[in-house]
Amino acid sequence: MKSDRIKFLVFALVVLLIPLPLSGGYLTNVLIFVGINSVLALGLNLLLGYAGQISLGQAAFFGLGAYGSGVLTTAYGLNPWLAMVVVAVCVALFAFAIGFPVLRLKGHYLAMATLGVGVIVNIAFNETVELTGGPSGLSGIPNLSIGSLTFDSDLKNYYLVWVFALGMILLSLNLVNSRFGRGLRAIHDSEVAARVMGVNARLMKVQVFTLSAFMSAIMGSLYCHVMTFISPNSFGFHFSVEILTMIVIGGLGSVYGSILGALLLTLLPEMLRTFQDYDIIVYGLLLITMTIYLPGGLVEGIPALLRRLVPAKKVTEGSDA
Amino acid sequence: MELLNQVTQFVISGLATGSIYALIGLSFAIIFNSTGIINFAQGEFVMLGGVLTIFSLNVLHLPLIAAILVAVAVTTVIGLVFERLAIRPLKNATPLMLIIITIGASILIRGLVMLLWGKDTQALPAFSGTDPISVAGATLLPQHLWIFGVTVLVIIGCRLFFNHTISGKAMRACSFNRRAANLVGISVGRMVLFSFVISAAVGALAGVIIAPLTMTAYDVGVMLGLKGFCAAIMGGMGSGLGTVLGGLILGTLESLGAGLISSGYKDAIAFFILLLILFIRPQGLFKKGETERV
Repeated sequence: MKSDRIKFLVFALVVLLIPLPLSGGYLTNVLIFVGINSVLALGLNLLLGYAGQISLGQAAFFGLGAYGSGVLTTAYGLNPWLAMVVVAVCVALFAFAIGFPVLRLKGHYLAMATLGVGVIVNIAFNETVELTGGPSGLSGIPNLSIGSLTFDSDLKNYYLVWVFALGMILLSLNLVNSRFGRGLRAIHDSEVAARVMGVNARLMKVQVFTLSAFMSAIMGSLYCHVMTFISPNSFGFHFSVEILTMIVIGGLGSVYGSILGALLLTLLPEMLRTFQDYDIIVYGLLLITMTIYLPGGLVEGIPALLRRLVPAKKVTEGSDA
Repeated sequence: MELLNQVTQFVISGLATGSIYALIGLSFAIIFNSTGIINFAQGEFVMLGGVLTIFSLNVLHLPLIAAILVAVAVTTVIGLVFERLAIRPLKNATPLMLIIITIGASILIRGLVMLLWGKDTQALPAFSGTDPISVAGATLLPQHLWIFGVTVLVIIGCRLFFNHTISGKAMRACSFNRRAANLVGISVGRMVLFSFVISAAVGALAGVIIAPLTMTAYDVGVMLGLKGFCAAIMGGMGSGLGTVLGGLILGTLESLGAGLISSGYKDAIAFFILLLILFIRPQGLFKKGETERV
C-alpha cells in the first residue's frame, strides 16, 4: 500500500513538472487531451477491465457532458462550474437509470445495447439543431475561470485538466483496492460465484457504470470549455472504439495502463500526421494483435520483455496497479 | 386516400430494406449458431459486397453478373482469411476478447476500403432499369423485385443447406453441442470456417442488391450491420423464419417512422427497437425463454 502511494506521488510530480520545460507550446496542448483521454480510458477500464462489463457507448457520456455544459453556458448563461456539477449529476442519474436494464445483459448483447445507446445519443446531438447547432456544431463556449484567473492558455488548461485527472486517478486507485474493487474483480471472474459470496453484483455493476459515466461527463464539460467549440463527430462510435483501444493497448484492469494507453493513442496520430483518417487501420490492427498476443496490454508486456532481456537482474516493477 | 397511398409506399420500401436486414440478420445468426460469436465485422461484409461490385463494374469493366460474382467471391475469401487470422489463433477466447477482435477487424476493413477507394459515396446502376411499376397507388421499383427475389432464394437455399446436406446438418450439430459434435467425428474447426464463409457470402449478397437503392460507401457497414443484428435479435438469433420476420418488421417500422414522423430519427428508431427487445424479450419475439445455464 505504501509503495502504491509513492508511485502515485512520483506520477503526480512528473505530471505537474512536465509542462515547465515545454513553456506552453504545442506539446502542452496535446498533453491536455492526454489528460482528458486518460480519465475516459480509466472510466471504461473500471467497467471493462475490473468488472468485465463492456461499454461501446462511452463517447455518449463524454458528449452529454460536453453538450450539457456547452448549451447551459451559452444559451442559458449558467455559471460554468455550476453547469459542470448539474450536468455531471444528470448524466450520472441517466446512466444509473439505464444501467439496470442494460447491465442485466451479458457479453455481446451488452456490447450491442451500449452501442445502441451511444448511437441514439449521437443522433440526438445531430438532430436537435435549435439546441446543439446540429452537425455544424456549437461554438462560443466560454473558458472556465476562478475569480480573475481565466483558463485561456494551454498551460493553464493543462493544469486545470490534470488536477481533475489526478483527483480521479487517485480516487480510482483507492477504489480498486477497496472492498468495492475486490467485488468488481469477483464479478469479472464469475458473476454467479460473486453473488453466492454475498456481492450485490447487479447493484455494483450499475454503480461502476454510473461512476464511469460521471467521470466521462466531467471530462466532457472540461473538454468543451477548453475547446470552446464542439461538434457531434467528436462523440461518435469511432471515439468509443478509440477509448476501448486505449485500454486494450495499455492494459485491461490497470489504472496506469489506462493512462499509458491514452498517452500512446493521443500522441500516435499527432506524430504520424500523414495518417490522418487512416489511423483506424492502425487501431484495428492494434486491437486484433494485442488481444491475440498480449491480452494483458503493455503494462504486462513491457515488464515481461524487460525480464527476458535482463535475466540476471530481477525486475521488481509491479504491474498490478 | 393520399395518406393511404403514402403508407402503402412506405410499407413497400420498408419491406425492401427489411429484406436486406433479414439477410444480414441471417448472416449474423449463421456465425452465432456455430460459434457463439456475434461478429461485429458483419456489416463490413455487406459494405464490401456493394463496394467491390462497383469496383469490378467501373474499373475492371466486367459485366454486371460477373462483377457481382467477383464481389461475393472476394468477400467470401476475406471472411475466410478473417477466421483464419483473427478467430482461429484464439484458444479459450472470452466473449470480451471476441468482441474486441471483431471490432478491430471491422474498423480495419473499413479503413482499408477507405484507403483503397476513398470516401466518396457511389451508386450501383439498378439491375434492370428504374421504370417504376404501379401497385395499388404506390410505385414499386424493379430493384425492389430483385431484392425480394434474391432474399427468398437465399432463405430457401439456407433452409435446404441446413436441413438436407451433411455439412449443413453438421453445422447445426455444432450449434447444439460442440463437444458432442466433435465426439461423433465432426470437425468443429472446419464448420466454424464454413460458417464464416457462408455468412460472408450472404452478407455480401445483401450489400450487392441494396447498393442500387441506397448508394454505398466505406462507412455504410456499421448501420446496416447493426440493423441486421437487430433483426436477428428479434428473431431470437435463429437462422430461420424468425429472423426474416424480424427484418421485415424492422424495415417497415423504420420506413413508416421515417416517413410519418421524422426522417432524421430514422436510425434512432431501429436502435430504440433494438434496446426495447433486448430489455424486454432478449430471447427474441417468437421464442420461449430459456433458463440460463451456469
